[in-house]
Amino acid sequence: MRGTSYAYAGTRLPVLADIDLDVEEGRVLAVVGPNEAGKSTLCLVAAGLAPASIGGRLTGSVVIDGDETLALKPHEAAQRCGILFQNPATQLSGTTATVWEEIAFGPRNLGLAVDEVVERVAGAMATLRIDSLAERDPNRLSGGQAQLVALASVMALRPSTLVLDEPTSQLDPSGTRLVGDALSRFAAETGTAVLIVEHKTGLVARIADEVAVLVAGRIVQRGPSSDVLGDPVLEDHGVDPPPAVRVGRAVAAAGRAADLVGLDLAALESEPTG
Amino acid sequence: MLINTFLFPGAIDVIVRIGPLAPTWTGLGAALQATLRVAAFALSVAVFALTTPTDQLLADLERRGLGRRGVFVIGAAIGMIPRIAERASEITDSQRARGLDTEGSRWRRIRGVVPLAGPMIVSALSDVEERTMALEARAFSAPKPRTILRTLPDSAAQRTVRWIAGIGAIVLVGASIAGLVPLP
Repeated sequence: MRGTSYAYAGTRLPVLADIDLDVEEGRVLAVVGPNEAGKSTLCLVAAGLAPASIGGRLTGSVVIDGDETLALKPHEAAQRCGILFQNPATQLSGTTATVWEEIAFGPRNLGLAVDEVVERVAGAMATLRIDSLAERDPNRLSGGQAQLVALASVMALRPSTLVLDEPTSQLDPSGTRLVGDALSRFAAETGTAVLIVEHKTGLVARIADEVAVLVAGRIVQRGPSSDVLGDPVLEDHGVDPPPAVRVGRAVAAAGRAADLVGLDLAALESEPTG
Repeated sequence: MLINTFLFPGAIDVIVRIGPLAPTWTGLGAALQATLRVAAFALSVAVFALTTPTDQLLADLERRGLGRRGVFVIGAAIGMIPRIAERASEITDSQRARGLDTEGSRWRRIRGVVPLAGPMIVSALSDVEERTMALEARAFSAPKPRTILRTLPDSAAQRTVRWIAGIGAIVLVGASIAGLVPLP
């Protein structure tokens, strides 16, 4: 994204203003920020759904694999950039009887040969380690499982970029861990560029290489994950630091830094907070 | 059934007189006919629903050339029923937790419908945009025909029965119109 601004249809004020962001292959860029910062809108713009599907006014440049999203049709954008929303229930087609068929929904839409559909579904399920769910009814899964199925459904389109809009916001800690682990593995194994918007900074600390802070539609800070998440300014922007950082500060404030010796702070990140 | 049997207008062929009640043969015939019609209609729907899994119905419709939008609309409409029931139950529970009386007299239950229907409709509509975008993100609008994954078995016997049933229905209707078979 270069100098990207976006305003919804019927509004004058842009929700996003002058955004510069890029994600490299195999890297995970997390975007954090307070409510109403424009994070979900950023996802829609990055994935090419705004303005193509929902209208609005886009200025600047959004490029996926060398092509401007404005020049792409929705199904073409879908093959370059997958997007996952907050609620797994709204992402499943609701017309399939098994998880396997649900994941095949996207590849079938592309009219691929049967062998290729089968191979893509198997690949997506293997990457996320959800083979055991193949014959399950997609409408009878736990939140974490349903989100993994939704992720596999997007992955089966083999996009080079993946955009995730708070994929764990409706999940409990175990579901969050399930999805977080799968995402880390997925980005590393497939070389997919991942842009994730997430409130749970504990999860962000675990999976993101870089973090950008979005406030009132503008990127106000960007850098390596540990630098940004450990910066005291983060709280001024309305973002809670990860549990490990909070514990570290609390202990330091109590003047008992020596107590941290031998304590695995990274382990705290595996228990994301809401 | 009772109304036709006991109160058929103009019928005088009384079966038996029980005080003020006088069921008639004409009324009983009309009642049986009406009952059979309703039962035939309900049975056809029930047999279809009980013997045809939704996914197989959709797969076959797609194989026969129904477009992806048509297939999706039918599938989503069928799949929506349990989801709506589930959501209605959640909203009922949450409204009840806030003190709404959803039980008791009929009038109370009727009054309780309004605070349930509002959130139901709003939540269903709020999902539509996200569902639409999720479909777009899965290449739903791609121009090529969808991949057909499975072809359901269709034996010669099944095809023969279908042809006989179809032709039989047409012949019966034709014969009835021509006055050859007095269908009710």
